[in-house]
Amino acid sequence: MSIYRLIRQRFFPHLWCPGCGHGMVLNSLLHAVDDLGIDQSQLCMVSGIGCSARISGYVDFHSMHTLHGRALAFATGLKMARPELKVFVPMGDGDATAIGGNHFIHACRRNIDMVAIVMNNRIYGMTGGQYSPLSGRQIGGDDEKSRERSVFATTAPYGSIDRAFDTVELAKGAGATFVARTTAYHVQEMRRLFKQAYEHKGFSVVEVLCQCPTYFGRKNKMGGAVQMLQWLKDNTEKLGSKKLEENPNLIARGVFVDKDEPEYCSEYENSVIAKAHKE
Amino acid sequence: MSGKICFVQGNEACVRGALYAGVRFFAGYPITPSTEIAEHLADQLPRVGGKFVQMEDELASMCAICGASLAGFKSMTATSGPGFSLKQEALGYAIMAEIPCVVVNVQRGGPSTGLPTECSQGDVMQARWGAHGDHSIIALTASSIQDAFEVTVQAFNLAETYRTPVVLLFDEVLGHMRERLEIPEAGVLPVVERLKTDVRAGVNYHPYLPREDGRLPMSDFGGVHRFNVTGLHHDIWGFPTSNDEQVVKLNYHLFDKIESHANELARWKEYYLEDAEHVLISYGSSARTARALVEDRRAKGDRLGLLELQTLWPFPAQLVQDKTANAKSIYVVEMNMGQVASQVKAVVANPDRVFLVNRMDGHLMTPSDISQVMRVVEGRGF
Repeated sequence: MSIYRLIRQRFFPHLWCPGCGHGMVLNSLLHAVDDLGIDQSQLCMVSGIGCSARISGYVDFHSMHTLHGRALAFATGLKMARPELKVFVPMGDGDATAIGGNHFIHACRRNIDMVAIVMNNRIYGMTGGQYSPLSGRQIGGDDEKSRERSVFATTAPYGSIDRAFDTVELAKGAGATFVARTTAYHVQEMRRLFKQAYEHKGFSVVEVLCQCPTYFGRKNKMGGAVQMLQWLKDNTEKLGSKKLEENPNLIARGVFVDKDEPEYCSEYENSVIAKAHKE
Repeated sequence: MSGKICFVQGNEACVRGALYAGVRFFAGYPITPSTEIAEHLADQLPRVGGKFVQMEDELASMCAICGASLAGFKSMTATSGPGFSLKQEALGYAIMAEIPCVVVNVQRGGPSTGLPTECSQGDVMQARWGAHGDHSIIALTASSIQDAFEVTVQAFNLAETYRTPVVLLFDEVLGHMRERLEIPEAGVLPVVERLKTDVRAGVNYHPYLPREDGRLPMSDFGGVHRFNVTGLHHDIWGFPTSNDEQVVKLNYHLFDKIESHANELARWKEYYLEDAEHVLISYGSSARTARALVEDRRAKGDRLGLLELQTLWPFPAQLVQDKTANAKSIYVVEMNMGQVASQVKAVVANPDRVFLVNRMDGHLMTPSDISQVMRVVEGRGF
């Protein structure tokens, strides 16, 4: 089947900047959904505010473009009301881990069945390039020079002094039952991970490292989209690979957590409703 | 009415009213003095096929009821002042995206954490203007346990009819007071069900195109129509737009759909107004005090009357004008610095004869609080 059936074609071309990674996430997601053959009338997308959040307007799903950081809270109400719906919640890095940090950790803890996608480009793009909780102090990576180089943003003109969250560790610590990371460069891997995340029963988090050539790239002299994608290729390595074991400066990709725990809507049905009816 | 009789507090009457109206989803966060609403619904909702969730914060609760409402469930949350402040962001979203839901605010003393266990009516203006941007809102209140039940049913009906959030402005005294409640048989009080679209699958459905009567038929998430919901200005399909004409149209629609029905939306009770020289205007638990004073003074032959408002927003201007047309003086009895008094002054012919009677220490007003002010106004000394 064609992925064109899954999009609202009249809104294209999209509003993202040339070279932005978000279109790649949309593409991989559409292919994943197409591969999975999900009934379109069951598909929901709930997003917050920011560049990433605009993704919900482009998909021909039931779509909700909500408030900055609050997408998971809206999605929780939707999913509890109708557990048969298939819910995707794409978020940006500021959206998910700054203003929406509380909703994020509690959605992980609750283990409600939905797929949260953190499109991490380490910057607030929509507002013009401010640092986020995922910007970090240094660029990082394998190359010694860039590892030590300060992160700059319009609100960090002297270099950022804010330590970064590690989204994977945050999700793990908060109890998410499926946690994965990939990048905008690794589109086939992203497609595979989205499918795995969807098929997992419980709260799934997929972090996608994305390039923002317009702001993060420009402010930090990382080149254009091609150079930034190259950076994502060179500085990440598969979990369990020898390269990763030998080089702690590389960022791991793959599935970090995949475990079975009671899912929230099922528990409500099987425990709460069942007991309420016994009384 | 030959219903079930019980002895309950206001918060429970609100829950019974919500269940009568068909509530099927509640999301909340514990806060005094509204917590009993969450507790009772946690117990009751799973018995009737509904869902309850205690969210991580007040704002998340408001967001969750929006999500559940879009899935087709009659939804509600409950809080008090500090939580009401936190909910404003998502309350604004529900207004903009036209999501029916009910938000209960059992008012306590403020500002800030204020007086958590004591009474106030200080959130009247916040209910009106708490969310940013121009908009309109429906806010109802009640002074007795029976009224709390009936007004709650009405709140759900109005939320569905006007496709909008409705605020229930209760207060600590009403929430915690116990009184007799007679729950009518099903069908005695009207219950408005959601207006669903009759547009068939495959045919273009416009979620934000009002019918001639102003109502907007809905389609549930998960139904045959896939559309977009956003807090941005949007077109009739729900897609973001900054087109001048569409923006203006939406702004006026959101305002007019409620304000132009202000007369129909007015709910009130009145006592001895026909020949009243002095009219008291009150609402919520303060109205109980006002009524006690009016009854007492009537027995002595004084021509006092009471207009008890149950609709605070949209402000029932016509009603207030009509009922006070012959009054020599008007006393607005409320537990704040004059939030309704200022509205009354704005609409009556003689604003100089409108006097505020208030009390700000968290305790319920007493009849003597009112008569003291009346004595001063009437020139009978302090």
